[in-house]
Formats: sequence, C-alpha cells, structure tokens
Amino acid sequence: MSGTFAVLVARDLRLAARRRVDVVLPIAFFTVAVSLFPLGVGPEPQTLRQIAPGVVWVAALLAAMLSVTQLYAADHADGSLEQMLLVPGARISIALAKAVSHWLLTGLPLAVAAPVFGLLFDMSPPAIGSLVAGLVLGTPVLSLLGGLGAALTLGLRSGAVLLILIIVPLCIPAIIFGAGAVAAVESGLSARGHYSLLGALLIFTAVLAPMATGAALRIATE
Amino acid sequence: MSTTLRFFRFASPAAFYPLAGKLVPWFAAIAAILAATALYLGMLRAPTDATQGDAYRIIFIHVPAAWMSMLLYVVMAFWAAIGWAFNARLASIVARAIAPTGAMFTFLALWTGALWGKPTWGTWWVWDARLTSELILLFLYAGYIALVSAIDDTRRADRAGALLAIVGSVNVPIIYFSVIWWNTLHQGASVSVTAAPKMASVMLLAMLLMTLAFWAYAFAVIFVRTRAIALERDNHAAWATDAVARAPVRQGASS
Repeated sequence: MSGTFAVLVARDLRLAARRRVDVVLPIAFFTVAVSLFPLGVGPEPQTLRQIAPGVVWVAALLAAMLSVTQLYAADHADGSLEQMLLVPGARISIALAKAVSHWLLTGLPLAVAAPVFGLLFDMSPPAIGSLVAGLVLGTPVLSLLGGLGAALTLGLRSGAVLLILIIVPLCIPAIIFGAGAVAAVESGLSARGHYSLLGALLIFTAVLAPMATGAALRIATE
Repeated sequence: MSTTLRFFRFASPAAFYPLAGKLVPWFAAIAAILAATALYLGMLRAPTDATQGDAYRIIFIHVPAAWMSMLLYVVMAFWAAIGWAFNARLASIVARAIAPTGAMFTFLALWTGALWGKPTWGTWWVWDARLTSELILLFLYAGYIALVSAIDDTRRADRAGALLAIVGSVNVPIIYFSVIWWNTLHQGASVSVTAAPKMASVMLLAMLLMTLAFWAYAFAVIFVRTRAIALERDNHAAWATDAVARAPVRQGASS
C-alpha cells in the first residue's frame, strides 16, 4: 500500500520534471491573477493590505482548480489509470498519491511564493507569516478536494468548468479560515484557532477525500 | 411480511409509474387547498407586525421555502445513496427528480429574502451567515444537476451524483459553521434575522400550512418528473411503450 503510494508520487514528480513549463503554469496563472487586483481595485496601500489575504487565497484556489483538471487526464487517456486500478486495494493509495503530488507541484510552490505577493500588497511581516502558515495547512485541502472533482469529471466535456462548479463550494471553509488567520493577526488577535481549524479540516479531508476519490475513480472507469 | 413485499413492489419503475400517476392529482389538489388556506390566514388574518408593517408577510413563503430547500437536499442525498448502494434504479431516478425542485425552493428562499430585506433592512442582500449558506446550498444543487446532466451514461451519472450528494451533505455542517464564524468575525452586516418578535399562533399556523402545501407540491412535481425520467430510461421496455400507447391523445395538439 505504502509502496504504491511512494512509487506513484515519485513517478508523477519525474513526469513533471520532464514537462517543466506545465509545472510553472499554475504559478504563472497565480502571479497574473494576483497582479490584476491592484490594477482593478486601485493602488491605495490601505485597501490593498485589506484585500490581500482574500486575493491570494482566491487566486490560490483558482490555480489549484485549474491545474487539478489534468490530474488524471493523461493517465486516463493512455489507459495507465485502468492498469493502476487493477492493483488490489490500490484505489485509495492512488487518490492520495495524486493529491500529494499535485500539492507538491502547485500548493507548496504557491505557499513559498506567497511572501513576495504579501510584500507587493504591503502586508506586515507577521501577517505574511500567517498567510504562509495558512497556505501550508490549507492548500492540501484544495488538492485533496480537487482530486475528488477531477475523478468525478474524468473524461467529460467541459470537465474543467464543471469541476470548479462542484468543488469550489466545498473549499469555502478552507478559504474562510485561511484568510481569517491573516485578518486575525492583522487585528492583533491570535490566529491559533484558525490554524487548529485548518488542521482539523486537513485531517478530516485527508481521511475522507481519498476514499471518496477512490470510489469516484471506480465509478468513472467501470 | 406480505406488506413489505407489496411495498418493495413499487421499487420497480413499471409498478411505480401508474401509482405515481394516480397520486399526482391528489397531491396537487392538497397543495392548492393548503396554500390557499395558508395565504388567506397569512395575508388577511395574521396581525400586522408592529415594527415591520405588512412587509413581514412574505415570511409565510420565505421560511417554508428555506425549510424545504434544506430538507430536499438531505432527501435527495438519501435516495441517491440508496440508489447507489442497493442498485435501486427508482431511487436514483427519484434523487434526480428532486434536484430541480430543491434548487427552485432554494432560489425562492433567496428571492423572497431579498424582497423582504429591501423594505426592512434597506438592502436586497447582506452577507449574513444564513443568506450566505443558503447561497452555497444553491451552488451545491447547481453542481449536482450540472454533474449528472454532463454524464451521458446514466449508470455512471447516478453513481457520480450520489457520491457528490453524499460528500455535499457531509460538508454542509462544516460550511454552515465556518460561514457563521466568518460572519461574526467580519461584523459589517450586523442584521439579525433571529430577533423576530414573538409569533402569534395564527402566524405559526399559516406558516405550518404553507410548509405542508410545499410538501404536497414537492411530491406532486417530483412524481411527475420521476414518471417522465422512468419513461425516458425504459423507453425500450414493454411497460413504457404500453404506458405511452395508453396515454390519452390530446386532440388538436398536432394541428
């Protein structure tokens, strides 16, 4: 079981290393999307500081949703997904491995890049710290739920838009607590409650989403 | 034993189709009578509210619609799960038939809420916890309907929809409480719907009657839709061709 998991993660990372532009695309999307807001809202530092956590979180959510549509697509198209699913008891490992590699390739880079955007939006250092901590805890939730959406919409026309429609409502708690942590720090409160809730959400999703994703993969391929 | 057998007989679309057809006019009539009574009590009998005037009277539609919107999501997830777990075709059909009615009630609750908010709060919309979670419920219905209609293979569509409905209903409490917390954190919209004055018993009666009317309406509409979907899916089966052949032909419909 853990063998399948490690092999799949290593495989996905190796595949990504051979298609470097594809890996950079979500981060490029994130950068462009975040940079649009000052142009649309106006350059006042006060306003920007206030909307920064929400903007970064919404852009991270959209970047995750747009990239996750490709999570199973290539393996489904060349038939390797069906071969993988033949391994007894491997469905949950596959779902978890795919979500983990998606997070390593999109969520983690976004969390690492977030301080730069914090500076662009004139956020204070403690607020930037809580933004990064929130992203580290929250983006895995987005990858896990996105994996579920990708499995449900596997091979459908307009699957990408459909995935956003069905998965975004489920991601709302992660956004609320992630952006809320920054707001709490900025108003001088402790963000520990937000971190705890994000952590609880992460554990809850990490236990249940791979099972649901495994079931969705079986539904989509049988 | 024999009653259980008789009950499960109707789990077959062929047996359920005529039964539902007989029940639909009854439920429609009950819905019309109850709704008329509730509207009479609510609009003419219930006292005018001291602070909100007559504007509050939309409550007799708004609150029952909001109740139905939440109840129908749970019922839909339940039948979808039964259909998936036991491979019961009728249960999956019923789940699909419920979704548009549930979405309609959610939209009705939001719409009447906006109409109520304008004269009493002075705004069509506030990002109140209840309004926000009702809006998210509408998104959940929309996601379910979009997913099942995007999948051409009915078996896969039913199962994927069931999974999504179950995941949605597991998430609904989490979403609801996170929205409440988010709302108390941002104290911008401090309008409380809960601070309603004590309700006169005639108001409560009108609201309950309207809820029952909505129930009957939901049964009638869902049965009509269930019959249509069952016919569509079994269009090759003998019972379906018989049912279509026996249906009264509307004169002049083609001319």
